[in-house]
Parts: sequence; C-alpha cells; structure tokens
Amino acid sequence: MSARRPLFGWNVLGLMPAHVIMLLTLIVPVGIIILVSFSTRGPYGGFDYIFTIAPYRQILFNEGWTGELEFNPQYLIVVGRTLLLALATTAICLACSFPVAYFISLQSRERKVALIYLVTLPFWVSMIVRVYSWIIILGNNGVVAKALLALGLPDIGSLLFTDTAMLIGLVYSYIPLMILPIFASIEKLDPALVEASHDLYGSRFTTLRRVILPLCAPGMLAGAILVFVPCLGAVLEPTLLGGGKAMMMGNLIQLQFGAARNWPLGAAISIVLMASVLIFLTVRGLSAVRREGREAAR
Amino acid sequence: MPDFGDSFCLGAGAADIVDFQRGRVRAGESREQIARQRQHTLVYKGTETISMNTRERIKAVEIAGVSKAYGHFQALQPVSFDIYENEFFTMLGPSGCGKTTLLRMIAGFEQPTSGEIRLRGADIQGLPPHRRRVNTVFQNYALFPHMTLEQNIAFGLENLGWEKERRMSRVADMMRLVHMEKFAGRRPQQLSGGQKQRIALARALAPEPEVLLLDEPLSALDLKLRQAMRDELRNLQRQTGITFVFVTHDQEEALDMSDRICVLGDGQVQQLGTPADIYEEPSNRFVADFIGETNFLDAEVLLVEGDNATVSIPLGMTISAPQKHVGGAARAVLSIRPEKISLPAQAGQISVDGRIVSANYLGGFTHYVVEAGQTRLRVSKRNSQSRSGMFEVGQPIQVSFAAESARVLGA
Repeated sequence: MSARRPLFGWNVLGLMPAHVIMLLTLIVPVGIIILVSFSTRGPYGGFDYIFTIAPYRQILFNEGWTGELEFNPQYLIVVGRTLLLALATTAICLACSFPVAYFISLQSRERKVALIYLVTLPFWVSMIVRVYSWIIILGNNGVVAKALLALGLPDIGSLLFTDTAMLIGLVYSYIPLMILPIFASIEKLDPALVEASHDLYGSRFTTLRRVILPLCAPGMLAGAILVFVPCLGAVLEPTLLGGGKAMMMGNLIQLQFGAARNWPLGAAISIVLMASVLIFLTVRGLSAVRREGREAAR
Repeated sequence: MPDFGDSFCLGAGAADIVDFQRGRVRAGESREQIARQRQHTLVYKGTETISMNTRERIKAVEIAGVSKAYGHFQALQPVSFDIYENEFFTMLGPSGCGKTTLLRMIAGFEQPTSGEIRLRGADIQGLPPHRRRVNTVFQNYALFPHMTLEQNIAFGLENLGWEKERRMSRVADMMRLVHMEKFAGRRPQQLSGGQKQRIALARALAPEPEVLLLDEPLSALDLKLRQAMRDELRNLQRQTGITFVFVTHDQEEALDMSDRICVLGDGQVQQLGTPADIYEEPSNRFVADFIGETNFLDAEVLLVEGDNATVSIPLGMTISAPQKHVGGAARAVLSIRPEKISLPAQAGQISVDGRIVSANYLGGFTHYVVEAGQTRLRVSKRNSQSRSGMFEVGQPIQVSFAAESARVLGA
C-alpha cells in the first residue's frame, strides 16, 4: 500500500481547485441536508433551526397528540419496495445486457460503433419524454393491453401505476449503463483465452461459464453499481409510471420537499438513502481490497 | 550416438513420472527411433533414404491438398504432406507464409477451403476444436488469469471428465515435469515469461494429446531463455513421445530442434526434409536464402547433365556443380555458403583473387566480406585457437571453394 499523503498543506496547493470544488459541490450541500434533517418543520414549508431528531423518528413512528409513539411501517414499505425494485432492475439488466453486449462485440468494427451509438442514443432524448412514452404504451388503451387482447389473452387492464410498470420503466432507463461496461469488459477479453478453452476440450457452454463470464465479472459488477445506485434514487419512473400510488424513495423525498412541505423529513430520508448506498459501496470496496490483499500476500 | 540428453537436466528420472500409454510408443522405443533418425541426419544420404525410413512409420497428421483462402486472398495454396508419430516436426517460414493458418486448421480454429486433414487416419473435417485430441501452446500462452496454475492445468482434464484424484495426481506430475512445483497455488500474473511458457506446456500436455501444436511459443522470450527452452522442448518431446508440430519463423530454432522441417513460403511447401537436408541441399533459391546465409552468384547455364550443371559465373570461370530444379532455364543462381569458402585459398579448389573489404569479429567466428572483381563474397571463418590468423581489411587475399560444395539452383 502506498504511504498516506496529507490532504491539505503546501505540497498539495496545486490541488486546491479540486478541494474547493469538492467543498462547494459535495461537502457543503450534504452538510446543509444533514442540518435540515435535524431541524424543526416550518409552518409553511421550509424549516426552523431548532435541533430535534423528530424527522428520523418520524420515518419509523407516528407521534400522537399526547406524544405517544406508534409504529408506522408506511415509510419502511417504501424503502423495501425501493430496494426490491432496484435489485430486480439490476438483475434483469444484468441478464439482458450480457447477450446484447456479447452480440455487439462479435460485429465488425463499423457495426460495433453504430450499435454502441444506438445503445447510447436514448440519452440524447429528455428522460421525461422517454418515460412519458411508456404511459402511452402501458396505459388503458395502450399497445401492450391491445396486443394481449388481440392475441386472445385475458384483459389485464392497465399495467400503468403498478410496480410492474415502474420496473419496466427502470429497466428501460438504466439498461444502457449496464450494457456499456459489460461491452468494455468483453472487448478487453483476449480471444486467445476463448480459443484456449475450446482447445482444452471446453464446449461452448463450458467456455462461457468458466472463461468468459468470470473474466467479464468486473464489467458486470461496475454495471450493477451503475444501475443499482440511481435506481434507489429514481424519481421520474415512480412518479410517472407509479402514479404516486406506489412510491419509491426518490419521489417520497420529492413529495416531502414539495406538496407535503416537510423539509426535515425529506432531508432525513435523503440521509438514510445516502447512508445505505454508502454502506453498500463500502462493503463491496472492502471485500475487493481484502481480495487484492489476499492475492498480493501470495 | 550424437548429442543425446547431455543438454538439459530434465533427465531420465522425470520420464518415469509421466505415464504416457494408450497405445503410444513408449519412452524407451521412442529414443531408439530418434537415435535412428539422428543417424540419418549425421550420415547424410539424401532424401530417398529418409523417406524410405519414414514410410513405415505411423502417420499422426495427414495434410491432403489443404488450402485456405480469405475472400480473394489465397493464404495457402493446396499443400500435402504427412507428419509422423513421435516426431518433432517444424513448419518454418517467413510471416504470412501460411504456417500459422495451417496450424490453426489442424487445431480446428479454421476450416480449410479445400482438402482434408486426417488425425491418426481419421478425417477430422468439421470437428470443432474441443472434439479434437490435439492441444495448442499459444504464442502468448493464453493462460486463464482467473485461475491458479493448477486450475489452468486441470482445465482440460476436467472437460475430459477425469476423476478428481486422477486429475490432481496428473496436475502434480505436470507441475514437476516442467519444474514448477514450487509455484503451487500461484496465478499466471505472478509468473515470468519463461514460467508462463512452462505452465502453458504443462496445460497442453496434461490431457495426453495425440498431437501437440506449438505456435511460435518461444518468440516472446528473451534470447538466453529461448536457448534454454529449446533444449527443454526437445527433451519434453522425447520424454512424452508426443508428436510436436512446431511453428516458427526462426530458422536457427527449427534447425536446432526438429526431426523434420517443412519450409513454407508464398503459401506453398518449398521443401520438406531433415535439418541437414534443408541446409545442405536447398531445393530452390527461396530455401537457400531463408535457411542460413549464402552467397548467390548469377549463373549462365551452359549444360545440364543429370544432377550436375555446368555454369559460367561472374567470377570469370566455368564450373560444374550439383544442381536442383534448373531444368532447361538459361539462367540460374550459384549458391555457396559462407563457411564453405576457404580463406586463405586451399590447393585443389577453385580459387579467386580478391581483397578483404570488411571483417566482423564475432567471438567464435569472424565474418569477412571479400571483393573479387564486381562480386562480393561473404566468408565465415572459425577463429583459430590462438589469436593469430586474422586478416585485415584492405588486405589482398585469395579465397577458394570446392565445386561440390556449391549448388546451382533454379532462379
């Protein structure tokens, strides 16, 4: 491991602009959110700085008129749904992206460029427009419902404003973030390794399972993080496709800062969300460090 | 017996470790065969004797009219030859001659455009690589980075369905065979080039392939290591009795290790024979030029009589020397190897007056360039035991050569 270097001091003067940017864009805003989360709710929105842990307590408990606490699972359900949807989205993206990325990597150079461009193309269109279009597809007289009817399948009515609709929207929105890192890791794969596996009596399936997939694991992990983390904080998909009936943490927070005018509660939920992401990333980072350490020790 | 087993210490003991049975020629017999072959190399008798000898042998690989075209580009013209059981066979040629393509077709990574490849008599056309009992040592080793060395070696055995115990003892044997037992549990990234090379060999040899294919395996190593690995490869081939098909562009490597060499050039077989065959009796200008060094003199063909041709050369004389493929051509080349030219001239040979224009001292040898009229001749002279006997640049000198040591080749 390299020696610890001081973060501040004359010898890092050249890095000061970076420090300033970090301070202004990360540390100060997070500090403000933490401050708000420990404040008292203002009568017409906003907040008054009177220290209290009430917003955090409110995530788990309702406070009655006489100050008695009553367990209230409604926010926990939102947290649970968010985690489940984020995990499901990550899993579906993972399963769909590998074949797509592998297919692209097998194409000629020109087609690769074209296909990768197509994968990134949705990013050029406003996210709202793209998610909004799913309302039309999934809605009452939408393409999906009509197609199912035409096939003689039972009328499932509207998929809109369900968890399924949110899941579809999330997978749609974030799948490019999975395809790109997996594609990069497949591109880095030495074709001689695949040949070596075939040469050593490995069938196509064995080669995929024992050589290609393990060597693409870093790309899949990167993709999983890139999909999972923004899913936790997704706002548009639950708002437009969940319709406010089925909430996720993202639009719950938005609601607190907006219509509900409960800034401290919104801030507290934000901190909980951020903390859970940090814990997730730290656990994964630590396990990677430990693995490298084990390898280096050999 | 010639230089047998004195080069490297893989030794006789190690041969017992690996039990290569399955109807293959066993270690003892293989040595006899090689000894016989080596004698042919030494007591050189020409191509006929060799082919008589090899005709009785079992064919490991038969290449029958195999060609390869990529679109309009003909990478390999139709070629035909046989590789025999228990042979160190080398495909030698400059880059782009089709040797790697041929190797990849034997392995199954590419399909011939025409022709047939047979492995131990069985047509393997259309069989995917994992159904062919051949293994490859790749140029950059292609070791699996996510597996330990043992897992790498065991990979092929697992796919063949070997039981765990048998697999593990085999892996341990292979690690010992390539002197890597101290590195148990490591991963390929922690090895040097030479060590990776050994593991790649162990991995390819472990499943007892019918033929081992080696795709320029030494080209990524530094000079000193390459020399050591040559001896090691040769010893491994003898110990295991497995047919080695070795691809290289390094003629020295090929001469050093091979039982037989197939020289490929321009997508065709230029010559096939023992190392001595190819060096001493090149069949054409390409082979004479590619293998070793030589002097080419333009020759005007005056008369062709059987194996001899009488030619007039620019040194201002007419000589009669052994010929190859001159046919009825009016022009040919006379090839004289630098070490066949005597400096100073010897009595009874064809002598030429000249002047030394350069002298490169190389330790064991000195390479001179001698100018005779318009012609420059390269002369290689073994340095004598004392430091006397050196010639100086500018010194007028007479050199000579025997007509029998020169070859007239179709231009």
